[in-house]
Amino acid sequence: MRKTRAAAVGAVTLSLVLGAAACGGGTPGAGGSDAQPKTLTYWASNQGASLEVDKKVLQPELDKFEKRTGIKVKLEVVPWGDLLNRILTATTSGQGPDVLNIGNTWSASLQAGGALLPWDEKNFDAIGGRDRFVESALGSTGAEGQDPAAVPLYSMAYALYYNKKMFAEAGIEQPPTTWDELVAAGKKLSKDGKWALGAEGSNLSNNIHQVFVLAKQHGADFFTADGKADFTADGVVAAVKQYVDLMAEDKIVAPGNAEYAQNQSLSDFAKDRTAMVLWQTAAATFKSQGMKDDEWGVAPAPVLSGAPGAGTGVNSMVAGINLAVFRNSKNIDGAKKFVKFMTSDEEQVLLNRTYGSIPPVKAAQDDDAFGTFALAPLREALTTSAAALPQVPEESQFETLVGTAVKELFADAAAGREVTTASVRAKLDKAQQQMPRK
Amino acid sequence: MTITADPGTGKRTAGGNLPGTAPRRRRSGRLRRIGLPYLFLLPALVLELLVHLVPMLIGIVVSFRELTQFYLRDWTASPWAGLDNYAVSVDFDAPAGEALLASFATTCLFTVASVGLCWLLGTAAAVFMQETFRGRGFLRTLFLVPYALPVYAAVITWAFMFQRDNGIINHVLHDQLGLTDSPPFWLLGDNAFVTLLVVSVWKGWPFAFLIMMAGLQNIPRDIYEAAALDGAGTWQQIRRITLPSLRPVNQVLVLVLFLWTFNDFNTPFVLFGKAAPASADLVSIHIYQSSFQTWNFGTGSAMSVLLLLFLLVVTGLYLLFTSRGKKATDGH
Repeated sequence: MRKTRAAAVGAVTLSLVLGAAACGGGTPGAGGSDAQPKTLTYWASNQGASLEVDKKVLQPELDKFEKRTGIKVKLEVVPWGDLLNRILTATTSGQGPDVLNIGNTWSASLQAGGALLPWDEKNFDAIGGRDRFVESALGSTGAEGQDPAAVPLYSMAYALYYNKKMFAEAGIEQPPTTWDELVAAGKKLSKDGKWALGAEGSNLSNNIHQVFVLAKQHGADFFTADGKADFTADGVVAAVKQYVDLMAEDKIVAPGNAEYAQNQSLSDFAKDRTAMVLWQTAAATFKSQGMKDDEWGVAPAPVLSGAPGAGTGVNSMVAGINLAVFRNSKNIDGAKKFVKFMTSDEEQVLLNRTYGSIPPVKAAQDDDAFGTFALAPLREALTTSAAALPQVPEESQFETLVGTAVKELFADAAAGREVTTASVRAKLDKAQQQMPRK
Repeated sequence: MTITADPGTGKRTAGGNLPGTAPRRRRSGRLRRIGLPYLFLLPALVLELLVHLVPMLIGIVVSFRELTQFYLRDWTASPWAGLDNYAVSVDFDAPAGEALLASFATTCLFTVASVGLCWLLGTAAAVFMQETFRGRGFLRTLFLVPYALPVYAAVITWAFMFQRDNGIINHVLHDQLGLTDSPPFWLLGDNAFVTLLVVSVWKGWPFAFLIMMAGLQNIPRDIYEAAALDGAGTWQQIRRITLPSLRPVNQVLVLVLFLWTFNDFNTPFVLFGKAAPASADLVSIHIYQSSFQTWNFGTGSAMSVLLLLFLLVVTGLYLLFTSRGKKATDGH
């Protein structure tokens, strides 16, 4: 009897230890197309206020597509937090959707995994040609010199949103155009428990977007021309320090923003607690938070000096969503038809108007819907002064490691610890050393 | 085990008690006694194999490979790395090893504190609830609420409560009670450890309470009555009767709490997101980061294997130690 009990205890213990140690893995994604040319599975990223909103927006379009082509599209809206891991799992198992949305900054990383259909000349021709798309958006579809791993679907750019009432109360007539002006205005605005600028210090991606632009303005990049991590270049260190100093030294960002990661800074803005935010397509969020359109203004994001443009005049990253086809799809033709449909002028106007983004398709971009006061500066930035994040296979690691370094520096600033050039360099050096060996 | 044929068992007469039958029966009875439990264990073992052992073996193989995003589509094509991933993991002078060591130390400290507090609270509450009093049922249900709530919902609520500027914790500590000069950060910096501990204990102690309550139900009341007649006070009863009787229950409880807490992923992940502050960077989060954030699956797997070995050794030693203690008690 004792032996039996020992065996049982052994089995239970083993299962507990193994169960505990085996945690962290994902579950295989839903199967892709079932080899029927009349069905497609589509993973849409969460773009609207909720997954339900997305379903309501997309389903009528999918029905329209089915009516035209006879191909039924099974829709699944995937929350942002899960999307990348779902794609990784699908890549490893080979069991994925036929068509999927990807964050455009992941393009080169996912391209390296080899799971996505390359968009060569022939494939582009099937959807009307490469020339239909805006160049900056094409810049974030994969590594340079390789066929894109996806096509642009929704584009977004950063701009400076400001609270008109708070500006008027502080006697500021124009939104700042340079960082010096922003800091000067910020010092007037930051008083009585109110703050000048919002930040999302614990949001790794947002941190990256902001310091990438600043690095460009300092004439630096996070990677060398041959794709090696270069996180400790002087321009990069200066850029990261400048961004964190908005809290640490200039004191125009509330220390509490160091722990923000769920768009709380937009909520503060809508509640007149913060006078400015650097954000991409924030209009819909302001509205949902009860802020009227005439209460806020939008201007190009600041630059070091002069005017926004290429090179050191870059004032936004090319933000947006791309549409990719899973290489393992059993219905590649149907998938291409679907991509053609989603990137058609008509759908581009309709979908981008609904989501408050800018169409990456030239013909659709000219539509009046994107020339409003809220969207025109974003369209302008995308055309003239936005740059794509580094299109290297290690982009995802870069986002995590440097994003974390900036988060830690914000935590230091919030706790009143000094943020120096040396401490910034040390954090960035640590991040660089954790990049995978090539 | 070997079974030898016995020529004497071939014969069988109805109701007969021939010489040779009795040993046969004994043997088949023994066989059944030994075999049946294994038969019952079989489905669990098969599932174990599929759900844990196979992925674990794949994990071990991956730990010897340089698996990054370049080989995701066909991981078997990834280059052989030998012991490189292990070398990186235990190179405590380099950032990766240094961070792993730091998170390991944090996890050990966190586990000891959390399991200790869960056990203490659970035991105290279970002993307290042994007495019959008005509202006992309600209180018992209330105690079990954290255990019944979905982890994600519960922990995200804690994350909101711990927010510096808008959270209720600082509202009470700073605004209402004036205990701090300025509202502290709970989700950043060194305080994050305390935050993690509070949420972990809140989430874990009801399980200890439940198990201890079940254990206490099994102690016959008359022992207490006899002890009381002999003049034993409450504390003596707890020390001399309750705790020794709960020994087998405790053995399992502490082991389970230890394993759960050491590997807890959900609590820190929901509280702090993808990048936990250094003070609360548990090994599970660290491994997740290595694997799924920096796509260094080889190194992540090597770290997992090291963790598995550590847990196996600790669990083995623990079982050896506690069962020795039990044998000694049985011997008396």
